[in-house]
Amino acid sequence: MNASLSRRDFAKGLGGIVLAFSLDPALAQPGKPLPGSLATNKMLDAWIRINADGTATVFTGKVELGQGILTALAQIAAEELDLPLSRVAMISGDTGRTPNEGVTSGSQSIEYSGTALRLAAAEARALLLELAAAKLQVDASQLRVTDGIISAANGRSIAYAELAAAVDLHREATANVKPKPAGAHKVVGLPVERFDIPGKVTGKAAYVQDLRLPGMVHGRVVRPPRYGSTLASVDETKVRAIPGVIAVVRDGSFLGVIAEREEQAVKARIALTEAARWTLGPELPDPAHIFEHLKALPAKVEVIGTKQSPVDASARVIEASYTKPYMAHASIGPSAAVAQFNDGKLTVWTHSQGVFPLRAEIVKTLKLQAGDVRCVHHEGSGCYGHNGADDVGLDAALLARAVPGKPVRLQWMRDDEFAWEPYGPAMAMQAKASLNGEGRIVDWNYELWSNTHSTRPQSTTGANVLAAWYLAEPQQMGPPTSPPQPAGGGDRNAIPLYDFPSQRVVHHFIQDMPLRVSALRTLGAYANVFALESFMDELALAAGADPVAFRLAHLKDPRGRAAIEKAAQLAGWTPDQKSDGAHGRGIGFAKYKNLACYVAVVADVEVDRASGRVSVLRAFAAADAGLVINPDGLTNQLEGGIIQSTSWTLHEEVKFDRQGILSRDWSNYPILTMPEVPKVEVALINRPDERALGSGEASQGPMVAAIANAFANATGRRIRDLPFHPARVKATLA
Amino acid sequence: MAVSLKVNGAIRSVPAEPDTPLLYVLRNDLELNAAKFGCGAAQCGACTVLVNGQPVRSCVTSIDQLNGAEITTLEGLGTIDKPHALQRAFIGEQAAQCGYCINGMIMAAKALLDAKPHPSEAEVREALAGNLCRCGTHGRIIRAVLHAASEMGRT
Repeated sequence: MNASLSRRDFAKGLGGIVLAFSLDPALAQPGKPLPGSLATNKMLDAWIRINADGTATVFTGKVELGQGILTALAQIAAEELDLPLSRVAMISGDTGRTPNEGVTSGSQSIEYSGTALRLAAAEARALLLELAAAKLQVDASQLRVTDGIISAANGRSIAYAELAAAVDLHREATANVKPKPAGAHKVVGLPVERFDIPGKVTGKAAYVQDLRLPGMVHGRVVRPPRYGSTLASVDETKVRAIPGVIAVVRDGSFLGVIAEREEQAVKARIALTEAARWTLGPELPDPAHIFEHLKALPAKVEVIGTKQSPVDASARVIEASYTKPYMAHASIGPSAAVAQFNDGKLTVWTHSQGVFPLRAEIVKTLKLQAGDVRCVHHEGSGCYGHNGADDVGLDAALLARAVPGKPVRLQWMRDDEFAWEPYGPAMAMQAKASLNGEGRIVDWNYELWSNTHSTRPQSTTGANVLAAWYLAEPQQMGPPTSPPQPAGGGDRNAIPLYDFPSQRVVHHFIQDMPLRVSALRTLGAYANVFALESFMDELALAAGADPVAFRLAHLKDPRGRAAIEKAAQLAGWTPDQKSDGAHGRGIGFAKYKNLACYVAVVADVEVDRASGRVSVLRAFAAADAGLVINPDGLTNQLEGGIIQSTSWTLHEEVKFDRQGILSRDWSNYPILTMPEVPKVEVALINRPDERALGSGEASQGPMVAAIANAFANATGRRIRDLPFHPARVKATLA
Repeated sequence: MAVSLKVNGAIRSVPAEPDTPLLYVLRNDLELNAAKFGCGAAQCGACTVLVNGQPVRSCVTSIDQLNGAEITTLEGLGTIDKPHALQRAFIGEQAAQCGYCINGMIMAAKALLDAKPHPSEAEVREALAGNLCRCGTHGRIIRAVLHAASEMGRT
């Protein structure tokens, strides 16, 4: 997914916005597609329009996910247009108005949308200058632009407002106008505060949940007890008698209700739940044996990394197995959408990460024409990947179809989101290594078992939105896919960055999905780094080596070494740290995707043997994200990842039994609370001559490993199965 | 059926049944966006408002319990043009990512600072223990509350 990446890499929080200057676009090259998203959206006025009041309207297919991307893109456009930010308005993620830029994910918003906007804005400015030159009768090269006023050396000037009607942007971009060099930037690179935060802290309408349309009614859905169930019967009598109920909507096994008022819809949902009789789908696997079950399922086996050299037969062989459970996105706000049918045309207001892919799924499912469906992005609660956003969009459309003309707002209830969102897949990892007499790793074998990490809309040939599988004419998902190395999916970060003379890494890509799964922040990297870096500590222990020294002894990459050394220094790491039995310290390291940001983290934990409670007290992180554009924005991203990883590691596990999903609210899917949050210190290694690297998902893997290694350091025992909940801790220490 | 409520200083009559959770009335009838639906079970804090100065989960508080009560929402603290010190501090620290939890964070912090103008960091953490944040913005939220406390202490 990396939904969050684009933001996290480039545009964040305190102190403002980070832009990747290293992504300066190349100009158009003969015979090659136009740069960035201009390649697929060529018209200049698809990106930029100059208005009669001298403002610019800027269009992007990328969407705000709380990452500050719209502020960053506005900075880029304002910079090239020589307009103040206050005169740039952003329109984003609207199939009726904006370019189609697919899904907002994968660290690509600045690279693709930003590149397109930078070149389109530079070209629009050049066209404005050309017009101005003719009117002012001077050469365009003699003109200057300040805040949308074009002035000549002779003192004459003309405003963009006066040229708005004349400038023709309805033409294909050439991408031949060079944008400003970084040294000339006035807006890009400034710590601009995010546009969205003042509204969010004062209660302005900021989310799709806040949308209120004239005549709007309220929907709720009723989902089956478990996956694959079919609706046998439903007695709607009692439900229809509830005050305010407008319609009970049924299509096959899709069931919902519409009421005048929201609380009426909530009450009707309870009654409808009681009235529905289901033929249950297949039982879920036994959670006590989930990993054996998964490993026995059909899988595509791919050897993704091999190095061969003879292994000393006397080398000591060490093995260990690790697991990661299913984890939920667990957005604070359940997913929501508003939908309205008018004269056969459907509009869906959605917080989907991809309005165009969602539209394609809706068109296919409801058998409509693309031109008759419009999906418009409005923010939702943070998603961290593929949560219920797309599903609730189709749900809302199905309800709206029953009440033509009326807008229907549907917010999932808490248990809809927890029980039906696609989880981050459970994973099993198995490591085996050989240590020679000098304490060096001479052979490394690593295998992992995982489902796909993306079942997003349009990710398979079939239908990829929940309700489509439950309609009277049900549709099926197509075969799952996994992104190739080096980024990888379940196998993300499965290939070690360390230098081992002999190694073999195998990805068992499990095809069947007993629980619904998709993209959760970091994909497989969190589990793989947990396993790899835990195992490195186990080997260091076996070799009698200090974990930091042991890593350095196996790592040539100078930037990786520097990150490890910096984190150790920041934490005041000393070799042979002895634990008092309750306190421990550990390190974890990774280069995200093996191609993005380097992060090393040292964590300090405290273990309460009586309660089994693990507290993470502090984390010291060192990160090399190449050129640091905004140190505070980068720090914010790394902090957020460290805190979220602490939550995953200590608490998170989707609970289920043979009968269905048991994690249905925050009491059975607890996350980290404010008193438990570690103090986090981050040191940045600035490399101005290097490309800016994605960092938003870079700290989660190193953090879980640091916690695991700190626990082992504290207690002398190792936990190889996530999460580190009290029962497991007590069992491990018993 | 109409019920009278006093919200942000004004008496408002709403056409809702007495057992309606305050949250839906605030959001749909009074068009106040700040309080958010998160769980409907008083577990996450996104819907927090103040009732007679005390933080209350509006998703489980029915309006018939609020006769004569002073209800304050985030909108009642300040506006973009005239923000409350807490709102100013949250902007200053850029203490939001998605921002969905922020209403609850600020309202719980308001109740804390009203009762204890100079809390320690541990007291801030404890006061916000029932408010969940998923983006990992906790550190900034704590800083924003402490910053607001020191600002408010100065005036």
